[in-house]
Amino acid sequence: MSDLETFRRETRAWLEANCPASMRTPMTGDDDVCWGGRKWTFKSTDQRLWLERMAERGWTAPDWPAEYGGGLGKDETRVLREEMDRIRARPPLHSFGIWMIGPAILRFGPEHLRRQHLPPIVRGEIRWCQGYSEPGAGSDLAGLQTRAEDRGDHFIVNGQKIWTSHADRADWMFCLVRTNPDAKKQAGISLVLFDMNTPGVSTRPITLISGSSPFCETFLDNVRVEKDQVVGEVDQGWTIAKYLLTHEREMIGGFGRTAAGARTVGEQAVEAVGLEDGRLADELLRGEVARWEMDARAFELTAERARAEARAGQGVGNSSAMLKYYGTELNKRRHELLMALNGSDGLLWQGKDGHDGALARQWLRSKGNSIEGGTSEIQLNIIARNILGLG
Amino acid sequence: MATLVLTEEQQMLKDSARGFLQENAPVSAMRRLRDEGDPDGFSRATWAAMVEQGFAGTLIPEAHGGFDFGHVGMGQIQEEAGRTLTASPLLATAIVGACALVHAGTEAQQQELLAPMAAGELLTALAVDERPRHRPELVHTRAEYNGAGYTINGCKSFVIDGHVADRLIVTTRTSGECRGRDGITLFLVEPGLPGVEIVPMVTVDSRRAAEVRFNDVEVPAGAVLGHVDEGADVLDRVLAVANAHLAAELLGIAREAMDRTLQYLRERRQFGVTLGSFQALQHRMAQLFSEIELLQSAVLAALSALDEDDAEAEALCSVAKARACTVAELATNEGVQLHGGMGMTDEFDIGLFLKRARAAQQTYGDDRHHADRFARLRGY
Ligand SMILES: Cc1cc2nc3c(=O)[nH]c(=O)nc-3n(C[C@H](O)[C@H](O)[C@H](O)COP(=O)(O)OP(=O)(O)OC[C@H]3O[C@@H](n4cnc5c(N)ncnc54)[C@H](O)[C@@H]3O)c2cc1C
Repeated sequence: MSDLETFRRETRAWLEANCPASMRTPMTGDDDVCWGGRKWTFKSTDQRLWLERMAERGWTAPDWPAEYGGGLGKDETRVLREEMDRIRARPPLHSFGIWMIGPAILRFGPEHLRRQHLPPIVRGEIRWCQGYSEPGAGSDLAGLQTRAEDRGDHFIVNGQKIWTSHADRADWMFCLVRTNPDAKKQAGISLVLFDMNTPGVSTRPITLISGSSPFCETFLDNVRVEKDQVVGEVDQGWTIAKYLLTHEREMIGGFGRTAAGARTVGEQAVEAVGLEDGRLADELLRGEVARWEMDARAFELTAERARAEARAGQGVGNSSAMLKYYGTELNKRRHELLMALNGSDGLLWQGKDGHDGALARQWLRSKGNSIEGGTSEIQLNIIARNILGLG
Repeated sequence: MATLVLTEEQQMLKDSARGFLQENAPVSAMRRLRDEGDPDGFSRATWAAMVEQGFAGTLIPEAHGGFDFGHVGMGQIQEEAGRTLTASPLLATAIVGACALVHAGTEAQQQELLAPMAAGELLTALAVDERPRHRPELVHTRAEYNGAGYTINGCKSFVIDGHVADRLIVTTRTSGECRGRDGITLFLVEPGLPGVEIVPMVTVDSRRAAEVRFNDVEVPAGAVLGHVDEGADVLDRVLAVANAHLAAELLGIAREAMDRTLQYLRERRQFGVTLGSFQALQHRMAQLFSEIELLQSAVLAALSALDEDDAEAEALCSVAKARACTVAELATNEGVQLHGGMGMTDEFDIGLFLKRARAAQQTYGDDRHHADRFARLRGY
């Protein structure tokens, strides 16, 4: 038996023994997501156990080096993902630490930041938020104005961030600041890290059209940031931010995928509209559902192909822009379709039978997919310029 | 696991197919055939050279003189033939005919036909449709048992390569109503038999097809391909294969149309700048690029599912063909529009891609047909 087969067999057995039954059921909403952090309250004992057991093995970040995370190779990581999908295991942890700032620290260092920040991320102890956007700097991110003044061994940071997801529930922020006001736009930016408990940091939640309030305005008022909390080097922030945005895009693009175990749109259509003579009772909707499902299948295959090409060391380097663009537009189409399929049931907001308006709320939330992490229009700009050579 | 990245061998085949077709059968060759009104609609000399390259035997087992290189391999040739708009018996003989015989032929039928097919000497044509829109299970053509063999009566439209075929593969009804899967039987029919009438036609893509009429055509019992009354299963398989390869051809057409359009946008200047600097056009091309990337994944997955006899193969073939239709339609329409007046001229090649795309789209079902089929396979 090959090493990989042995690994698969052992992983399967371990997951069987350690993944609680309730963590193998489809997640029904945001409530089931585990974000961890100092302020986190677990929704159930199983949620806590599942995180602890996975974190213990470093499998919340399976492909990070063993001294910080799981230390698995690419193939082993894939096997772990396949085995988790097989039993429909929920992700033990959702984390900006694992998806975004962790990989950046791993890649750009310095070493003391790796040792300080990566293990708590893997254990789900520290929850991070992303301080990029400002009122005057959205798509044109490099126009950001938050200033960091050099005071010898530390910086003093002043400015305002906006759309900071989960800022009120996060423990630390990775934040883009201007360290050199005289340099060219992109050249004077640094990526710094600070605790959200630092004096001068305050947040104000913003309510979304979906009714929830997942993000905030963040005010930075004479915030002291230690010099040793700069990722990479001073004034190197733009390079790191671009690297990070690629990671973020890949993650958001993944929203187009149907999660393992979730009901397909076709199944939901049958439930909502019903069959007549074996065909969905509404002919035009039937066509739209089929087209959506075919597009979704092709999209999943494309994400798979991008991974296979990356493994083989080929492929379009900028495929993340395409996946982000297509995956988010696909997800928006999914929710429009679900709203149409469910007719007036989709309009419910609260009241009837303890209905919490999940359909409508998720539909509204999906509108943000093509805005967050760089808008669809910006992704199309990137494709046209970097891949197609138009400009 | 689907093959989504080509193996070294497959990549070599693709590269050599590209080199060969660009050199021996470029778009200008297709234009010449059209202008000369070639009665075959393809070049016999080019076909002979393609056979020499081994293209004709790609799906035929080695025991019958082929190379057994698989669908992913053949798909690469098809994609490259889409780029060059190369007309040849590849689809009707080397893909559809070969697949029908390998899948359903008796030992004797395979012995007789496959080797000459791999050698490019025997051409086949699938006579399936009876109406302008593809509906394979609507079969009025009847085959009645006459004691010794069968007597066939009926009419088939849009038979690709019907004008040159040495053997027709004909769907008939041996029992039941004209609609429905049960009672369909496939026959191998020699076109020279008394009562077979072949009416050639030229299609919008300058290729040839034929209407084939059967008037009391008598065939021996040994002409049945597969089992009597159970032809629908064979047909499903053959059409899935045909559509996966048409999707590969449409992928090539879409990519070539996009590449040519991009080239034009980079060169053509208006308002003192290149057209490619206009964001309205950049975004349209970026969207087209994304659609084509998804198409490529769908085509590769369908082809490799056929090679691996995956349970999802037929659904994936429909996904690939449906997407190929919408994407090639988009690519060729955008191609004409973004070339401006130049795109409307016969002299410029982009219109040739538009024409071939529509023919390939309609062949064995367009995106609507395959969306319907996909929905049925998914249980709604
Ligand atoms: C749900 C959600 C979560 C978010 N989370 C975070 C977070 O955690 N941290 C953070 O820092 N930010 C976050 N953001 C902010 C997000 O990154 C910005 O909203 C985004 O970059 C767009 O910036 P903007 O809102 O200022 O829009 P603008 O840049 O003002 O854009 C408005 C419109 O103009 C278009 N446009 C702008 N420039 C161009 C151009 N050059 N060509 C064509 N069209 C253009 C845009 O595509 C858009 O349609 C989040 C946003 C959302 C919706």
